[in-house]
Amino acid sequence: MVVYILNATLFALGLYCLIAKRHIIKKIIGMVIIEYSVNLFLILIGYRKGGIAPILEPGADITHFIKNSVDPLPQALVLTSIVIGLGTLALMAAFAIKLYDKYGTFDMSEIKRLKG
Amino acid sequence: MKKENIEKIVHDNNLGMSIIVKTIARMMIAPVLLFGFYIMIFGHLTPGGGFAGGVILAIAYTLMFMAFSKKMALAKFSGFWASMWDNLGMLAFIVIGFIGLNVGFFMFNFIAVGEPFKLVSAGIIPLENIAIGIKVGAALYAIFIGLSIYERILIQEED
Amino acid sequence: MLLFIVILLFMLVSAIIAIEIKNILSAVVAVGAVGFGVSLLFLFLRAPDIAITQVIVEVLSLIILIRATTRADNEAIERKIDNFANIIGLIFIGLFIAFCYWAFVDMTPFGIPLMRISQHYVSRGLAETGAANIVAAVILDYRAYDTLGEAIVIFTSILGAFVILRSKGKKYIEEKDTEIIGIPNEGEE
Repeated sequence: MVVYILNATLFALGLYCLIAKRHIIKKIIGMVIIEYSVNLFLILIGYRKGGIAPILEPGADITHFIKNSVDPLPQALVLTSIVIGLGTLALMAAFAIKLYDKYGTFDMSEIKRLKG
Repeated sequence: MKKENIEKIVHDNNLGMSIIVKTIARMMIAPVLLFGFYIMIFGHLTPGGGFAGGVILAIAYTLMFMAFSKKMALAKFSGFWASMWDNLGMLAFIVIGFIGLNVGFFMFNFIAVGEPFKLVSAGIIPLENIAIGIKVGAALYAIFIGLSIYERILIQEED
Repeated sequence: MLLFIVILLFMLVSAIIAIEIKNILSAVVAVGAVGFGVSLLFLFLRAPDIAITQVIVEVLSLIILIRATTRADNEAIERKIDNFANIIGLIFIGLFIAFCYWAFVDMTPFGIPLMRISQHYVSRGLAETGAANIVAAVILDYRAYDTLGEAIVIFTSILGAFVILRSKGKKYIEEKDTEIIGIPNEGEE
């Protein structure tokens, strides 16, 4: 339970950085921290105390494996989520570069004030 | 580009990073590529799989891009070929799915499931791993090219 | 269990450093530290596939973030301190954590997974697909549609990034695009 609360604190820190800072790169950093926290939460749900990783080895006992393995389904979902997060980060970095080239600053309140 | 032109760019002191970085990069690119292929191909036996292998391949080419200059990396693996490998990987994945459609449902495992723990086993899973690995690797290398080749032009306001 | 709490506290401290520090390059390095902490935690949570993928993606995302920020000024702009927004933000975070606590009380306790569908995957994965890695069997045989969707999402995001980076402005001054790719020294350009 304590582990879940610490994870929610990490999510809340990322959310605070996303909405309260004015530098665009800080907003991107907040988004990245939110992604880490959500992926971690999904893997934390599927953990079994004293469990085995879901990979079979030659000569392993199948019934022992079935009773003691951790959940492989959240791991499959998180695997695609991590790589999609990288694609999203590339898109956000492209936005940041173009905004700097057009307005000359990274500050969001300046960009909101200038027109065109 | 011809081989002697590439050699000229590699040994040019004005392009790329210093000579220490170039020597180490020259030694390290081949083992990193080999490691990427290993993780991609053995995806059904050891942890890893298509996504991790593909990103390692992209990292190897990014190392070449950063240590030697942009001209050399684009001569070896240009933007056109990065886009083409991306499309071919995606096409291979979909074609495997459609072949399964003819036999059973979409993405049906039509190759026989062999003996476990061998390299050639598990039906279409190694083929799909390779297709996804090539696709993800080429796409991430292409985005790194895209962040570097377009000139950073500062737009001046009309006075 | 103590190990998980220690690694999570390290990640929280790194995240606070990444949020509050003024130099942007240091903030990017601190986010890299959070990412490596997450990867270490994945390894101890018995998920080696995810740990490998997280380390590799962390390295590439650090490269992309540094590439996007070193051409520009490195200082975060905090000219006036907006106390009202900070206090309201902190109050909302406190409310959020309180609601999370109420929600987590009803979940299954930590360490006992509810494996309803996964029982089928784990017990019959090797016999039906022949792959020793059950996670690879799940993403490429039982749930291959999700992998197709993920490939489409990556394709679209890369395409979008190219469309954004390509357009030129009305009247431009060409900045000298150098051949030397690297991080410029202090006091240069």
